[in-house]
Amino acid sequence: MLQLTCPWCGPRDETEFHHGGQAHVARPADPAALDDREWAAYLFFRDNPAGPFAERWVHSLGCRRWFHAVRDTVTYAVLATYRPDEPRPGVAAAARPEGESR
Amino acid sequence: MAEPTAPGPAALRRGPLDHLTGALRAATVTGPRAVALAELPCRTMTALRAAPDGPAAARLAEVLGAPLPTRCGDTARGEHGTALWLGPDEWLLVAEDGAPAPLDALSAALGGDPGQVVDVSAQRTVLELHGPSARGVLEKGCAPDLHPRAFPPGRAVSTAAGQVPLVLWHPAADTYRLLPRASFADHLAHWLMDAMGEYGLPEVD
Ligand SMILES: [Zn+2]
Repeated sequence: MLQLTCPWCGPRDETEFHHGGQAHVARPADPAALDDREWAAYLFFRDNPAGPFAERWVHSLGCRRWFHAVRDTVTYAVLATYRPDEPRPGVAAAARPEGESR
Repeated sequence: MAEPTAPGPAALRRGPLDHLTGALRAATVTGPRAVALAELPCRTMTALRAAPDGPAAARLAEVLGAPLPTRCGDTARGEHGTALWLGPDEWLLVAEDGAPAPLDALSAALGGDPGQVVDVSAQRTVLELHGPSARGVLEKGCAPDLHPRAFPPGRAVSTAAGQVPLVLWHPAADTYRLLPRASFADHLAHWLMDAMGEYGLPEVD
């Protein structure tokens, strides 16, 4: 079972959480000024890195707060969790299994 | 339970597990590995929200007679029940009976500040699991570390047991209170009774 460390509740099972997609996606300051292509890019286009990825998670069965996690999409290792009002911490990718080249 | 002669709609209230009263009693395990399950129906519960370090939280605490807990797991016993920490700005006040909560005083204490004071007595019921095997029963389907070094008496967490979202409260040694939403209570009660069954049988080496 994967565990995530909620910034308020500490380590809990993954089943207590829900995933909320990429973190730190800034809402456009003036949405009305965007054309359809720019608005679609904001709404639907997300990064898809192989490696550390900052994501939004919500502790649905616990404190019901949203927070951020940096998760390695290759190893599934959760490298850091932090409150939404905190900056993304600098974390290196977790060690990969031998033979893994990505 | 209210006296049958008590007037008003309060006399008609039944807990969501009223129909299982006999079954819960029959599930009682005695002996060295004892465990018993009962519903504590119709407890008054109040949802409180306020900025934890602001003046409103301090005024609410004055009404409650105890400071609102500020960390996950903490509880505070006051004059009107126990305040359980649900989130950084959210608490559940659980009374020991069905007497009305001091809603007017709490609302006045909140004043115009952001927050809420809401009677949520009908949202959840209370299941009390008691006995030396109570922790063993819970550990079959409740992930947080329930060892006394991590979860001593006086703590409460919002989590899940038997896949039912609930507040798990440990008010005293060998006693756990589970607060599921009313519509999940029947499933949770059956899950707990099933989990209790083995403790009535001889222990296998
Ligand atoms: Zn949490």
